[in-house]
Amino acid sequence: MWDVVHRLGSPRTFYTIAGRWQPWLWALAALLLGTGSVWALLFAPADYQQGDSFRILYVHVPAAILAQSCFVLMAVAGAIFLVWRIKLADMVATVIAPFGAAMTGVALFSGSVWGVPTWGTWWVWDARLTSMLIQLFLYLGVIALRGAFASRDGGARAASLLTLVGVINIPIIKYSVDWWNTLHQPATFTLTQRPAMPAEMWLPLAVMVLGFYAYFVALTLTRTRSEILRREGRKRWVLELGS
Amino acid sequence: MAFESLNAFLNMGGYAPYVWPAWGVTLAVLVGGGLQAVAEHRRRLRELRRRQRRAAADAAPREAAPRKAVPRGSHDARA
Amino acid sequence: MQPRTSVAGLGPALLATLRRDLTVALRRRGDLVNPPAFFALVITLFPLGISPVPEQLAAIAPGLLWVAALLATQLSLDALFRSDHEDGSLEQLLLAPQPLAALVLAKVAVHWLLTGLPLALMAPLLGLLLSLPSGSYGVLAASLALGSATLGLIGAIGAALTVGLARGSVLLSLLVLPLTIPVLIFGSGAVQAAAMGGDVAPALAMLGAQLALALMLAPWAIAGALRISIHG
Repeated sequence: MWDVVHRLGSPRTFYTIAGRWQPWLWALAALLLGTGSVWALLFAPADYQQGDSFRILYVHVPAAILAQSCFVLMAVAGAIFLVWRIKLADMVATVIAPFGAAMTGVALFSGSVWGVPTWGTWWVWDARLTSMLIQLFLYLGVIALRGAFASRDGGARAASLLTLVGVINIPIIKYSVDWWNTLHQPATFTLTQRPAMPAEMWLPLAVMVLGFYAYFVALTLTRTRSEILRREGRKRWVLELGS
Repeated sequence: MAFESLNAFLNMGGYAPYVWPAWGVTLAVLVGGGLQAVAEHRRRLRELRRRQRRAAADAAPREAAPRKAVPRGSHDARA
Repeated sequence: MQPRTSVAGLGPALLATLRRDLTVALRRRGDLVNPPAFFALVITLFPLGISPVPEQLAAIAPGLLWVAALLATQLSLDALFRSDHEDGSLEQLLLAPQPLAALVLAKVAVHWLLTGLPLALMAPLLGLLLSLPSGSYGVLAASLALGSATLGLIGAIGAALTVGLARGSVLLSLLVLPLTIPVLIFGSGAVQAAAMGGDVAPALAMLGAQLALALMLAPWAIAGALRISIHG
């Protein structure tokens, strides 16, 4: 069993397998995102309360979901790296961090733009948006800590540990922000909390979420391959790729 | 179809100034990220090829030791 | 089986760490004054920056006091391991046969005793300056005493991660402040509840729960972070 783990964890095997999968995943992502976008923008019915501004949901929610899963995945990769010292796990974590931060930024942006027609202001200290903002700071901290170390291995281990601390804290932060929010704004209208959505509304959302995930996997594979080339650039098998 | 005309679609029921920036920024980040990732990979491969050529050029005059021109892992040899 | 007599037990080692850290800290009295002075100074700035009207100040006093105390504890975190790192005693601690997590806990306890507790004790005085409603002073001190222990434990993780870095102190705030938000929310929540005559038990219980969780997990994280920082 350990043999399998180590083979999969070998950058060389990963590079080959990911190279084979990557075009299909990009195609799948383009297909899902394309269909989802057309469906969400053209065919999904407008919301009876929010009208067509509701269509922001189709980019806001997938970005928010992905931003959260990225942190969890980063923590899993960090734990694997800390325990088994599999370098590939750290490469994946390195690559996920900026993307997760970007998705958090996108979710914050679309959320606050959505806030204008719904709340009348660009920013409301809504529980979801506030947790998102804190999550952005967590991402920035992990990225900054990794960059601050002179040795790559030290930075990798420190960032992994901070990610683990962060992932334990995220549910606590979410819970406390919710508590704080209900304390101060008893009955605000939350953007995405609504009575059960009809199928013609959530089906395109599901397609968009899947599309975002497919995109994420494709992007991570491609960027991890580049990271392998960057870090292992002096290994024999990598040099042979160049010829 | 939820819209009757192209204009109605672009107008988004009056919410155009909100819907389009939100979608635009999201899609721009996705497309930009994808293009950047692919470009990055191409650049790494190009660099690799350049290094390979240089190593070959270095090795050529001294036929005796072609291996020596290939620098082995230095700082990341640990893990 | 023969007992290993050459190695001191955990208890004596903990006591020795406590005593050593207390002695070292008490010899540098100047550093001890900094967090309380910073706390008082920041609180002085708010009436000047906002308004001296007592009603206005009283409304925001719980939050102000908590944020100022939070920042004051941040101030001292950078020094938590730095001087030990510079004189090499941190490496001795890492080499000690006793579990590092426990020894580190002793260090954090000393830190709390010398910064968190004084801040908690002086907070009611500053509350007076901000016309905090009477009846909430006890809760203010209690919430700060509980909360600053959690802050110290979380902050020590950040301090341990950045101890090897030349300019770690700015980074330290970026790493630690987002993690302290739950403590801030429940801490100032407790004081606010007390000021409005509400039930303070839930918020204080949450602070206690956070402290329990931090006590359980943070020492391991601190120990791991120190190992990473020292041995790269």
